Amino acid sequence: MITALIVIPLIGALFVSAARPQQARGFAVGFNVITAIVALMWWRSFDPSATGLQLVERHDWIPSIGAEYLVGIDGLSLLLVLLVSLVFPFALLAQRASRGQCALMLVMQSALYGTFTAQNFVLWFLFYEMSLIPSFLLIKIWGGEKRDRAATKFFLYTFLGSIAMLLAFLGIYFARGTFDFAALAALGKSGLLSGRAAWFVFAGIFLGLAVKVPLFPFHTWLPDAYETAPVGVSMVLTGTLSKMGVYGFVRLLLPLFPNECKIVGPWLLGLAVCSIIFASLAAWAQRDLKRMVAYLSINHLGYCMLGLFAIASTTAKPVAETQAALSGVFMQIFNHGITAAALFYFVGLLEERRGARGLDDFGGLMQRAPLFCGWMSVAMFSSLGLPGLNGFIGEFLIFKGSFAVAASFTAVAVFGLLITAIVFMRAMQALFSGPAKLEFPELRPNETLVVVPITLLMFAIGIAPQFVFNIFNSSVVRMAQLFA
Amino acid sequence: MTPWIVAHVWLIPAAPLLVSLGILCLPNSRRKPAALLALLGQIVALGLSIVSFLQTLHAPGFRAVYNFTWFTFGEQTLRLGFVLDPLTAAMLLMITFVSLWIFVFSIGYMAGDKNFSRFFAYLSFFSAAMLGVVIANSLLLLFIFWELVGLASYLLIGFWIERPSAAAAAKKAFITTRIGDIGFFLGLLFLYGKTGTTLFYDSGYGCLEVSALVAIGASATAIALLIFCGAVGKSGQFPLHVWLPDAMEGPTPVSALIHAATMVAAGVFLVARVYPIFSLGAVHGVTTSLTVVVWIGVVTALMSAMIAIAQYDIKRILAYSTVSQLGLMMVSLGVGGVAAGIMHLLAHGFFKALLFLGAGSVIHGAHHKQDIRKMGGLRGVMPITFFTYAIGMMALSGVPLFFAGAWTKEEILHATSHWPSSRVPYFLMMAGVVLTALYMTRQMIFVFFGQRREASSHAHESPRVMTLSLVVLAACTIFLSVFLSPAWPWLHEFLLGGSAHFAFGKIFQPMLFVSLALVAVGVGLGVLIYRNAGERDPFQSAQPALFHFLENRMWLDELYEHTVIALAKFAARFSDFMDRYFWDGLVRLVGGVGKLGGILTKGFDERAINAGVDESAAGASGAGRLMSTIHSGQIQLYMGAAALGMVALLLLYAWLT
Repeated sequence: MITALIVIPLIGALFVSAARPQQARGFAVGFNVITAIVALMWWRSFDPSATGLQLVERHDWIPSIGAEYLVGIDGLSLLLVLLVSLVFPFALLAQRASRGQCALMLVMQSALYGTFTAQNFVLWFLFYEMSLIPSFLLIKIWGGEKRDRAATKFFLYTFLGSIAMLLAFLGIYFARGTFDFAALAALGKSGLLSGRAAWFVFAGIFLGLAVKVPLFPFHTWLPDAYETAPVGVSMVLTGTLSKMGVYGFVRLLLPLFPNECKIVGPWLLGLAVCSIIFASLAAWAQRDLKRMVAYLSINHLGYCMLGLFAIASTTAKPVAETQAALSGVFMQIFNHGITAAALFYFVGLLEERRGARGLDDFGGLMQRAPLFCGWMSVAMFSSLGLPGLNGFIGEFLIFKGSFAVAASFTAVAVFGLLITAIVFMRAMQALFSGPAKLEFPELRPNETLVVVPITLLMFAIGIAPQFVFNIFNSSVVRMAQLFA
Repeated sequence: MTPWIVAHVWLIPAAPLLVSLGILCLPNSRRKPAALLALLGQIVALGLSIVSFLQTLHAPGFRAVYNFTWFTFGEQTLRLGFVLDPLTAAMLLMITFVSLWIFVFSIGYMAGDKNFSRFFAYLSFFSAAMLGVVIANSLLLLFIFWELVGLASYLLIGFWIERPSAAAAAKKAFITTRIGDIGFFLGLLFLYGKTGTTLFYDSGYGCLEVSALVAIGASATAIALLIFCGAVGKSGQFPLHVWLPDAMEGPTPVSALIHAATMVAAGVFLVARVYPIFSLGAVHGVTTSLTVVVWIGVVTALMSAMIAIAQYDIKRILAYSTVSQLGLMMVSLGVGGVAAGIMHLLAHGFFKALLFLGAGSVIHGAHHKQDIRKMGGLRGVMPITFFTYAIGMMALSGVPLFFAGAWTKEEILHATSHWPSSRVPYFLMMAGVVLTALYMTRQMIFVFFGQRREASSHAHESPRVMTLSLVVLAACTIFLSVFLSPAWPWLHEFLLGGSAHFAFGKIFQPMLFVSLALVAVGVGLGVLIYRNAGERDPFQSAQPALFHFLENRMWLDELYEHTVIALAKFAARFSDFMDRYFWDGLVRLVGGVGKLGGILTKGFDERAINAGVDESAAGASGAGRLMSTIHSGQIQLYMGAAALGMVALLLLYAWLT
């Protein structure tokens, strides 16, 4: 069942590369409809009360090194699979895309499904790396100006991170002889490695994941990459690819190295707070809308990191706070995925209409296209954490969990909410207000069809979020026990 | 059994919210249905508010809650709820009633606007959010509605979005109040962490009830002050008051509803709602947090009253007056006069809405001019506006006996005079009363008396639909005083959960004569200074430096601009700079070292190794030419090949297992 979801996009990629160029995007969207249906079927058959993995498939692969083909989902995996299934069609609809672009997107989608369901390190790492190549090519070939530099930077950064992680895991394997996530997590409780080796391995994995998220100060590839990538690719990068890093922290670093996390906890929290504050400040300084949204992505993922590190850094872990922080992080993963993708989508529409995306290239849009402004404002308010929309729920729970265990870090981090508000207020003023001075077409029906469902989802999560919590509540309980 | 209305009190905000969504779905040209729908929403809300109010009359100190689970995360549940008690009921009644008449007024005032229906959608949305704030039985739910109120205010201040100044004012309001809200949010987190609940009342387990208050203990001061930050932002208290005068960029009914009667009062309401946290561990009614409330209130009240004297914009004068009155309410809460503060809030809602609508009527009549120097002599042409405005002015100044504001102000002075910590706030508040009477007299003389000037030369009385609201609100301002006087302090006892007894003799308290004297001094001074005022302000001529200082709002906006805001902007640019040059530079340095290594190795390769290999390479190049025909450079082909290869691998895998 899970293998089907991983394979379908690959078949799709084949189909698309064989199709006529003008049909490519249609095929890609069609295959995404199939994956979405499969993902929704999983959701239906998923037992939210069961702890542990579901839909497990286990086959021997390379027994000599303990590599198994082991896939399965728990609540967190399902959440991410649903997110991927949601963001990809949305991204494909965002702009015209050539055949190669569509095919690569599908390959990337397959890699993401694999990453979020693999339960064995070798398999996971394979998928993790498999996502890197299409992203690199998509930026390198179809990016805007400065694409060569951005693509190279993206590749080198993430690749170096990956190498560090691979070496670290080889170290673990030689010491403990397993690549299985569950087995490793069980070993992690009593100390996976000891002495200096533990710190080297910890540093390797941390580096790999921190680059991927990205966490300050390993983030400088991100603004360049997101800025130059085609809009659809930016949506996928921020909506789903960045979640691989957060996922890695939850699945690997925190369970495998509880002691190390605790010792360097304050430093990690400091990095998370730096991510939140400096990224939002840098977003304030941007004139390019795409770059601005890119920086806010770092800021929002910083909240996830704050929640995780807050749990990791305390000795006495109060259950209520741990569950709040974890729930908040998972919620934020999902919310950021759809909200940031929506923001990139709107920036793409702006750029498509005016051929520019500077803050000063617009003005008075409210006079010309009130519906466009209205829907875009919803996405912006969602991103700045307005209650009633999705963004607030996750941030509130993260802050609730982290405030109880790391009050001073949280107190500083909360100012990120203020700076984000300033950034969006400034953007809205520059884009929407003032006298109408330029032609600007209103939202078209096909664009409305994309925007309305995603916006309704933001409202639904903001007002009655229980249906999302149901997906991962039992996973949260289990993980809270694991971390305690 | 829970009474029906308690379980359905949520319908009160739901009605205008639904209406708001409904209007947004209407096409912009459907003006009449939009206005009717908006009025309908308000009438339903008012009707339900009356039902709730009657419910609270059943027993003194009635309080009923309706709590429910919002969501479950992990194994924890997050519960929210609604409360119905005298404070809620009184606020509901005031908000729905005043809103209704402001809506009626708006039909006339906004008649010519091209976004007429959108205006009513926003206005209804605001009303819904505000009603949500007062019925919330959870600090989190209150915060949620609080933020929505902020959003509504943002939308309405920036309603004329084509004006850059309106857009700037809206942005300023949103950001400034959000600064306060950051504190509020932290206070909420703190309280939630300490007590494990956000519910106010939950049959003994709510955060305002005994067991939780014990758990809060020494953190009470910190929590209270953090929550107070939110109140400072929303209620325009010093030092976050700067947004409120700018908010006058919005249409005048908005100023009346949001920035006079309801939203700005939310801060005062918030303090009153969580008062048990502020007063926890009080010695003789004094705690650190309440002392801070008092002094912030004193500074705000006095400072803005002084600034109001040197403003020319009719709406800005009222805006500063609002800030000043809110300061007064804060003082009242701080010294322990909770009932007095809330009573003043309620009375202020009526007469300040009246004054703003009166100002709107004046602006409407005076061809959208707002400078009081350009007006004058409007008494004759706008008689209804004049009389109702005069009633509002007397209520605001605190002319005793017949006006709602006077009794409440008197009671606040009374409470302040008994504050054990210091007598200074009492004297300063007396000065504030004099100043209030002074600036209101000044405004009356400039606008309604003297010669008719530029803007008032062709002035006319406003249409019926507008003056009707003025008359109703003016009547209420007078009528309300029945419930407020010390002879029958009905509202006071209602809020505190006691029962009022009639005693006529209590009307003549010493404070009555004190306030009478203060108002007389203020009005007398005003008449003395401004009796011959024309285009020029006599005070400006006499004290140009002082006037300039006050006219420019004590340079506070400029001070913020050059300190806090400049610093924040610098931090933003600095972060960007660090990213572009420092962090990225480090990365490039690492890359450079790698590249250097590459060059060195390459040199070694070429000289030592390649020499031999070159020979064999010549043979390979023939094969290469053959291969290059396949390498067409088309990415599609590559991808197709890659995909094919992957499928082949998968098939291989399937076959092997």
